[in-house]
Amino acid sequence: MPALDIVMGFARTLRHAGVPATPDRVQAMVAALDHLDVANPTDTYWAGRLTLCADPADLERYDAAFAAYFGGAGVPARPPRPAAVRLRAVPLDKGDGGAQPGDGSTRTTLASRQEVLRHRDVSTLSAAERDEVRRLLALLAPHVGRRRTRRYGPASRGAVDLERTVRRMLHQGGEPSRLARRARRRKPRRLVLLADVSGSMEPYADALLRFAHAAVRVAPFNVEVFTLGTRLTRVTRELRRRDPDAALEAAGAAIPDWSGGTRLGDALKAFLDQWGQRGAARGAVVVLCSDGWERGDPTLLGEQVARLARLAHVVIWVNPHRGKPGYEPVTGGMVAALPHIDHLVAGHNLAAFEQLVRVIDQS
Amino acid sequence: MDAAVTDPAALAAALDRTGYLPDEGLATAAFLALRMHRPLFLEGDPGVGKTSLATALAEVLDARLVRLQCYEGIDAAQALYDWDFPRQVLHLRAAETAGRHDAEELERSLYDRRFLVARPILQAIEHAPSVLLVDEIDRADDEFEAFLLEVLADNAVTIPEIGTIRAETPPLVVLTSNRTREVHDALKRRCLYHWVAHPTYEREVAILRRRQPEVAERLARDVARVTAGLREADLLKPPGVAESLDWAQALHLLGARSLDVENAAATLGAVLKYHEDAVRVRETVLAELIGA
Repeated sequence: MPALDIVMGFARTLRHAGVPATPDRVQAMVAALDHLDVANPTDTYWAGRLTLCADPADLERYDAAFAAYFGGAGVPARPPRPAAVRLRAVPLDKGDGGAQPGDGSTRTTLASRQEVLRHRDVSTLSAAERDEVRRLLALLAPHVGRRRTRRYGPASRGAVDLERTVRRMLHQGGEPSRLARRARRRKPRRLVLLADVSGSMEPYADALLRFAHAAVRVAPFNVEVFTLGTRLTRVTRELRRRDPDAALEAAGAAIPDWSGGTRLGDALKAFLDQWGQRGAARGAVVVLCSDGWERGDPTLLGEQVARLARLAHVVIWVNPHRGKPGYEPVTGGMVAALPHIDHLVAGHNLAAFEQLVRVIDQS
Repeated sequence: MDAAVTDPAALAAALDRTGYLPDEGLATAAFLALRMHRPLFLEGDPGVGKTSLATALAEVLDARLVRLQCYEGIDAAQALYDWDFPRQVLHLRAAETAGRHDAEELERSLYDRRFLVARPILQAIEHAPSVLLVDEIDRADDEFEAFLLEVLADNAVTIPEIGTIRAETPPLVVLTSNRTREVHDALKRRCLYHWVAHPTYEREVAILRRRQPEVAERLARDVARVTAGLREADLLKPPGVAESLDWAQALHLLGARSLDVENAAATLGAVLKYHEDAVRVRETVLAELIGA
């Protein structure tokens, strides 16, 4: 069946482009085409997009792969470009860092090309580092501070749990007996790690991501990790891999602006616009790891940290230079952010990370 | 229930008649969801019409709309079914006073269907045809997702005391998410995924005209144009279609026939929901957007 071959070939192209077109999804596409007009490119486009994509980040890659594989026909003239598509690589710089997106239409292709060009291999790791990570992993096991949820659970004291009391009565033929009680359950707060991966932070970025990996491994669905540089990149998914080296390699491939410049204010704003305000930062413990070197406007950074502080439960700033003797928070970004953060901790060695774990645990 | 809907265009036309104007992608998504009996997973910014699609689909299919609003801490007892314990106890007491003492018989009568409180999912399964709207699934915790997955997979609910209740016609399931949290891949894999984008200018004008025919055409065009401009203006909360509808309504109620800087500034609260946004827009882009 030639149509099937075409779909299979398209799925392969799509996987190369980074969309996880798994066999069951491909099967769904074939089933979808069954109900539509195969000869119509638009129908083919939608059959694939609805079944093979599962995330706004996939859509842009899907459009590119579709155009490459089937030719231009079928792709909507003005492809809907949701705000969140820019999640993976939000172009933020306007004046530095090589090729710059000119207008909106060329922005996306440039961004993806840069992403490919700037892939960086972070897989070469020494044995000592690996040991350190194992220690960190064990260390982070004490979790994030807890909060009360809306859910109730059985408790030895508290309000009367009507439902369980009545159910107990029912078992005893309707005779009232002991009262069951209930109380709000407690759940760990969400932990959000924002790691600065700009040039000035390069010596610490590896350790930071390993720390992040350990945190994600402890509570995969309660931790979010983003990297900030000239853009915002979400690496939570990459860091969910079990093996730290594989996870770091995947994260390294996903970060297009490794060791670039810093536009902390803009990147933080991108985080708050696309994730933080919608819920990721609400009531969360937010850890921002950066040296506070800001190439952009420190006022913007100040505003954004203030906004973050209003949303989050606790804002912790990890500054590797904090641990050095004679350090004063005098860089423009640091001064602007300082009034809004709850804790300023060091992050230059293992002891400092241990301290960070304690701060996270107690917040 | 979908006999009349032969292709996406026919569904789009049917939705159009109910006052919902879908674009091609959304119509195709809904059509495939109907035909393939797969849940439809809709993501998009707040206010782009995810929830109203389910309402419109229910109307088109002449099906009952069952809405399950998710929230943090929602569990099976609130989504599926629950026993009406107080009534069961009353029944027990009544049986006792009537002098019925056959224990087995009593127990059977205790777990009768009439003591079962059907929550949204069970309602949707019992009342075919139906459209089950699982709204804001991202607000529920991930344990709930796993549970939902199970129900969606077999379109049946098993109650230990009664047995399995199976849907005659599987309900059309529409899930919506505002992306406050990433929904688990396993759930998405079972669904057709569609990102609902903001409408184009022409479509938005058409939506405004259709939903609020009393609003002057000039005003509808102005509102659609300025709202589209506001979406590009880097706001904390870009306005959706719901906001532009509100705005047009507010302006109409004030007797406006077209948009100018004064009446726009006075009614800005209908489109912008953050003080910072309102201040910024009023001070910077508003005049420019309206003058353009």
